[in-house]
Amino acid sequence: MYDKGKVLIGLAIFVIAALSIVGYNATMGDVDSFRTDGKPGPEKPVGHDKCVKETAYMQTSHMVLLNEWRDEVIREGKRELVETVGGEMVEKSLQNGCMGCHISKVKFCDRCHDYTNVKPYCWDCHLAPVEAPASKEAH
Amino acid sequence: MKVLRPIIAVLLLIVVGGLLGMSHGTQMLAGVILPSIAFLVFIVGFIRKVLDWSKSPVPFKIPTTCGQAKSLDFIKADRFDCPDSKSDVIVRMFLEVFLFRSLFRNTKAEMHDGPKITYGPNLWLWLFGILFHYSFLTIVIRHMRLFTEPVLPGLGFLEYIDGFVQIGAPVLYQSDLIFLGCVTALFIRRLIAPQVKYISLGSDYFPLALIFAIGTTGMMMRHLFRVDVTAIKQLTLGIVTLDWTVPANIHPIFFIHVVLVSTLMMYFPFSKLMHMGGIFFSPTRNMTNDTRAVRHINPWNDPNIKPHSYAGYEDEFREFMVDADIPVDKPLPPKAEEPAEEAKED
Repeated sequence: MYDKGKVLIGLAIFVIAALSIVGYNATMGDVDSFRTDGKPGPEKPVGHDKCVKETAYMQTSHMVLLNEWRDEVIREGKRELVETVGGEMVEKSLQNGCMGCHISKVKFCDRCHDYTNVKPYCWDCHLAPVEAPASKEAH
Repeated sequence: MKVLRPIIAVLLLIVVGGLLGMSHGTQMLAGVILPSIAFLVFIVGFIRKVLDWSKSPVPFKIPTTCGQAKSLDFIKADRFDCPDSKSDVIVRMFLEVFLFRSLFRNTKAEMHDGPKITYGPNLWLWLFGILFHYSFLTIVIRHMRLFTEPVLPGLGFLEYIDGFVQIGAPVLYQSDLIFLGCVTALFIRRLIAPQVKYISLGSDYFPLALIFAIGTTGMMMRHLFRVDVTAIKQLTLGIVTLDWTVPANIHPIFFIHVVLVSTLMMYFPFSKLMHMGGIFFSPTRNMTNDTRAVRHINPWNDPNIKPHSYAGYEDEFREFMVDADIPVDKPLPPKAEEPAEEAKED
């Protein structure tokens, strides 16, 4: 083997880089907090069990709906109420609609967003409700 | 055919991924077991290849000399194009690895009326190449959000920068567009430049087609099907923490994406993609041009074979050379001594 030292240093860097993620989770990671049910578990609203769309749609595509609402309300002035799947009428609004049931940003929005590292720009304009700062469980 | 076969192979992989991703029973195979094996193949294959290379001797000193070598003090040497010290080689390698300098130096010759020939820069390959590599790097780093919990610090900032234009929801990443655009351009380059097309093989088209499919399925997951990222992170985190789970209701497109990525990882150590490690083993870049100061010993040389100088050669064959009227440097010793030697032998 020629240039043994240099080659081994290079390979060591490669292996460490490739396995660093495993090491990170094992040492600094906090994977176990999700072992109970395996998911970040956003807090379900009390007293309401139907959203404006089916749960499966809301889980993956709520941001599309929120974008549509924003465009309709802010740009086209269409502020009519929206009917939920359960037949309730709610306002087409993040703070007065969504957060009427999902009362906590920290315990609802942030749970999944922190988990998947999503930083929506809702709160660039909207004022986030004043809450106790995100505790460890809200990761 | 050289173009079609790789494309067909990638399409087949997409079908396989789609079929495996359809039923929950086979999702474990496509989404967890296959990528785990692929990652091991990638690591072990990469190391084996590098060790194999490190055992290959470089018989000659062959750095490419693209400038004035170190010479007399009043002649300005081109340090990084004709490096004569280790530190200059390090700078040259750094520029090569991080900025693709040898592609940047590409020139194009053109004939004009006269006849006149002109040389000008031709930077398309460099441009698409460097944009492609850095956007690929950005994308790989961005994906680490799915493999770390809590998410690695800095990834939020990277995603913020990458989605700075805030188009749509989920926001569009610039790196995705640049990545797909460049891989397309690199593919088209192989088709339209006649010289490049002539030397292109299936193994040149296949990685490009595969990477294009990976980028496309990735963007489809984010913008078209909007897969459940929470469920996917459960799966991906399970892979790296060896806690294998496949949550229900993951869209099949995810498994297509994973099968394609697994193929890329397994293909990597056995293909041209090994230039990732190979660039450090390029003797034309990583050697010092100091042949006049330091003798390069060919490691192949058999230590039992001693150097044979002309003087030694003449000593061995002087008599025969004189006999054949071949001029010699040293004349034969006077003849008088010969009978004496013969007498000794008797």
